[in-house]
Amino acid sequence: MPKPEEVRYTKTHEWVHLGEEAVVGISDHAQHEMGDVVFVELPKIGQKLEKEKPCAVVESVKSAFDIYAPVSGEVTAVNDALTGEPAMLNQNPLEGGWIFKMKPSAPAEGETLMDWPAYQEFLKQSAQ
Amino acid sequence: MTRVPPLDNRLSIEKSDANRRGLTCKNPLRAKANVPASLRRKSPPRLPELSEFDVVRHYTRLSRLNFSVDTHFYPLGSCTMKYNPRFNEEAAALEGFAALHPLAHDSCAQGTLELIYDLSVRLNELCGMDAITLQPAAGAHSEFTGLLVAKAYFESKGETRSEIIVPDSAHGTNPATASMVGFNTVNIASKPDGRLDVEELKKHIGSKTAVLMMTVPNTLGIFESNIEEVCRAAHEAGALVYMDGANLNALIGMVKPGELGIDLMHLNFHKTFSTPHGGGGPGAGAIAVKSRLAPFLPVPLIKKEGDKYASDFGDGRSIGKVKAFFGNTGVLVKAYAYLLAHSAKELGEIAACSIINANYLRSLLKDVYPSYSGEYCMHECVLVPGPDMTAKGLKTLDVAKGLLDRGFHAPTIYFPNIVHEAIMIEPTETESKETLDEFVAAMKDVHDEGIADPQKLKDAPHTLPVRRLDEVQAARQPNLRW
Amino acid sequence: MYTPHTKKDKEEMLKTIGASSFEDLVKQVPAKFLWPKLSLPAESLDESQAAALLTRLAGENCRPLSFLGAGAYERYTPAAIKAITSRTEFLTAYTPYQPEASQGTLQGIYEFQSTVCALYDMDCANASMYDGASSFAEAVRAAVRVTGRKKIVYAAGVNPQYMDTLRTYFAHSPEYTYVKIPMKDGAMDKAALPALLEGAACIAAQTPNFLGLIEDMSGVAEAAKKAGALLVVSADPVSLGLLSTPGEYGADFAVGEGQSLGLPLAYGGPYLGIFSCKKEYVRQMPGRIAGLTKDKDGKRGFVLTLQAREQHIRRDKAASNICSNEALCALAATVYSALYGPEGLKELAEANSGAAAYAAERLSSIKGVSLKFRGPFFNEFVVSLPVSAGGLREKILATRGVDIGLPLAPLYPELGETLLVCATETKTEADILKLEAVIKEAL
Repeated sequence: MPKPEEVRYTKTHEWVHLGEEAVVGISDHAQHEMGDVVFVELPKIGQKLEKEKPCAVVESVKSAFDIYAPVSGEVTAVNDALTGEPAMLNQNPLEGGWIFKMKPSAPAEGETLMDWPAYQEFLKQSAQ
Repeated sequence: MTRVPPLDNRLSIEKSDANRRGLTCKNPLRAKANVPASLRRKSPPRLPELSEFDVVRHYTRLSRLNFSVDTHFYPLGSCTMKYNPRFNEEAAALEGFAALHPLAHDSCAQGTLELIYDLSVRLNELCGMDAITLQPAAGAHSEFTGLLVAKAYFESKGETRSEIIVPDSAHGTNPATASMVGFNTVNIASKPDGRLDVEELKKHIGSKTAVLMMTVPNTLGIFESNIEEVCRAAHEAGALVYMDGANLNALIGMVKPGELGIDLMHLNFHKTFSTPHGGGGPGAGAIAVKSRLAPFLPVPLIKKEGDKYASDFGDGRSIGKVKAFFGNTGVLVKAYAYLLAHSAKELGEIAACSIINANYLRSLLKDVYPSYSGEYCMHECVLVPGPDMTAKGLKTLDVAKGLLDRGFHAPTIYFPNIVHEAIMIEPTETESKETLDEFVAAMKDVHDEGIADPQKLKDAPHTLPVRRLDEVQAARQPNLRW
Repeated sequence: MYTPHTKKDKEEMLKTIGASSFEDLVKQVPAKFLWPKLSLPAESLDESQAAALLTRLAGENCRPLSFLGAGAYERYTPAAIKAITSRTEFLTAYTPYQPEASQGTLQGIYEFQSTVCALYDMDCANASMYDGASSFAEAVRAAVRVTGRKKIVYAAGVNPQYMDTLRTYFAHSPEYTYVKIPMKDGAMDKAALPALLEGAACIAAQTPNFLGLIEDMSGVAEAAKKAGALLVVSADPVSLGLLSTPGEYGADFAVGEGQSLGLPLAYGGPYLGIFSCKKEYVRQMPGRIAGLTKDKDGKRGFVLTLQAREQHIRRDKAASNICSNEALCALAATVYSALYGPEGLKELAEANSGAAAYAAERLSSIKGVSLKFRGPFFNEFVVSLPVSAGGLREKILATRGVDIGLPLAPLYPELGETLLVCATETKTEADILKLEAVIKEAL
């Protein structure tokens, strides 16, 4: 599973591990902000995704967060384990906490996303 | 002060003893029961088997675990937790009202129909509106009804308008309702003082806008001083202005929303008109409208013909039914009893005293809990924990729990969303100066304890039947039944 | 008037505030809108005057011996229920936002949810909805969300007012279609089902149905499942003291009107919407839900849970805009169920069935009056009359003080001159003989 430096990030705090079959989750920063995750509403396998459109929901006790597709494509797998153990999203957002896998339809889209240093900078700026 | 017995938190089912009996039904006609075996349930329902006294003691004990308006000052912002007159309860329980079947023939229902008619007349006058339906079961149900009426109105004019404009300070019900009715919500940012930004509004309002939904006074307890301009902008775009009436207590008898330019609005009887909340319901609602929207209200309305009252099913343009039968009539009787107890002038006293009370609290608390807004408030104020508290890591939630330990229900917290760490206090007009003084002392005591021993406050409450509860576990592994 | 402020109080408070006058406080309101003329009574009534007025109005509602049912049922409300629901700690509390200070309300909701699950044999239930019609409409909406389909196949025996409410809920979306399952001798024609179900979101049915007949639900859930549709059933809770349950016949969503559980008729409300479902749809439930958890010390306690589905968080993406429930009515229903227990509820259901069976027997002995349908019924049934049902009802009501039931022609013109007659456990043999006598006399 990827290290933080090996994935790309969106401004809405999703990470995506690009490839033939891309893997999508939320960043460690995002899970911190959300607090204890209690439920994840997964997309459906085969669902068509459009870049930057909501495709999943993560719920904490008193909030719900839309998860946006980092790139366009089609869902190929979902992390069913999150249904029974949503806490994995808090414990290990990049490994056990992945949300879904997808086949990107326009792989070039991924190149426009932030890399690790850029995301770090983005977080620093947002904090101000 | 009586002592509540130690927490016996067993469920009724855990006290059950097979074959113990409470009430029975001995009607001899039971012998004629005629249901084929194939249509009968296979096993009895798993319900408690208790004596009547067991049941009474169980639920009486539960009642004593609650804070309530009668037992505690309950300053929940936007909820208008005023005194619920006992007389209202007695009125609604009168057998003639309580036993009336919803499909009773109009000739059998003249008393209730007259009550609904007269209540409608009085509410129209108070709101400065032309027609009203009393059918919705609650505030959110009223919003739903109101937006359906708006939709039907535009359709009748051949206009397709798909958008509802909602300020970011609005109650969550507004966008949720818009979506239920099939509208898209356009959120607009408020100005720093919490008021609607007319320039922002003008950027977004147009031929697609069906309705501008706004709360007056807004959820920060501030009156929208520019309301005329706001309504004008909406009307010029051909849109309607909907007033969320959750905060009507600030205006009752003092300002008629209809005169402000509002086209339709809802009422919450369980807020403004003193009917009890019952731990979350039943409430009752209403939608009052200007005459051009009247034909679209749910039917029946009640009409007067000579000295008789009858159901009026309209001319076919109505949106239809929002409920199986007429509204929460039992609650309407209570609201009517409340109106009978007030002259025109006394209704204005409700607004005036609620505004004085809120400003009194605000002025006494603002040194310790800064007020979000620099100006006077209407019937409620929004405060935040001061910098000395936040420096100790104390949050609004801690203030709320600390108040519980001091015998006060907490204000509304973390709403409106646009205020970080909001503490929204609505004292209502029925609380005395003495109670408010005690509350101020408690709020200051919470502050002082928090500064002196922050951990103690973070661990509050210490004196209630339970301490802070694990909501994460409750949501991750829901246990929703025995 | 209920404000405690003396003139001196107000002066002192304004002084503390630093306002020179009340008008100073409301400067944010343009002056021309303040203090409009109100054409309302210049004098309020004192309590005894108000009591006299309301007693007069209540007295103008007549109190016939009534055989009306059709979705709202005359019940005896046990004294213990009134005693508990008038405890002001329940009556004057708000939605339990501060769980530590609301354990009574919260445990009450949890016990209500459990009671509903037990009666309906379902996995989970919410804290209640406005009434049976809104529960029904919300359950169909949930089925539409789950299946992504927009065709609703409904039984002709569903309460027409529930269907009206449902249509209003979907009024904004013309793409919804409604397909009626034809009636066969007053019940659902199950043989017609397979042909209707293609692309359906759900079968929406009711039992006992609006005409009083107990639907034989065997095989219905299976037919739905085969077509990828769900089964939504509305069932009267008191009937479930005796009748086969939605859980037994495989309903996905089971709803009902809880007024039956000892609530007053009150001209239509407040009533109690019962809403339950299979556990896989727990997050499709609208409204409040209470859950059991532990406090910091490991002690049992209750909270509102699964809140992230709700309007105050999801806003325009919420399953429903509902905030309130009918908590006090739910409490009454829970206490009613606990007071009677499984055995008492069975007795009540038997008394309903027996009273209606006896009334049907007596009425069908009158010349020209006959039972319209042959199937088994619960506490109401349809009779055919040789004269106008509406005319007969008005005549007997005016001259004999008996409301003989609901004329069905406005709702079901195809049934001809028919009357829906209901007899609950409140009816005695003498009441039913009186009903027989006044109809016989008037014909």
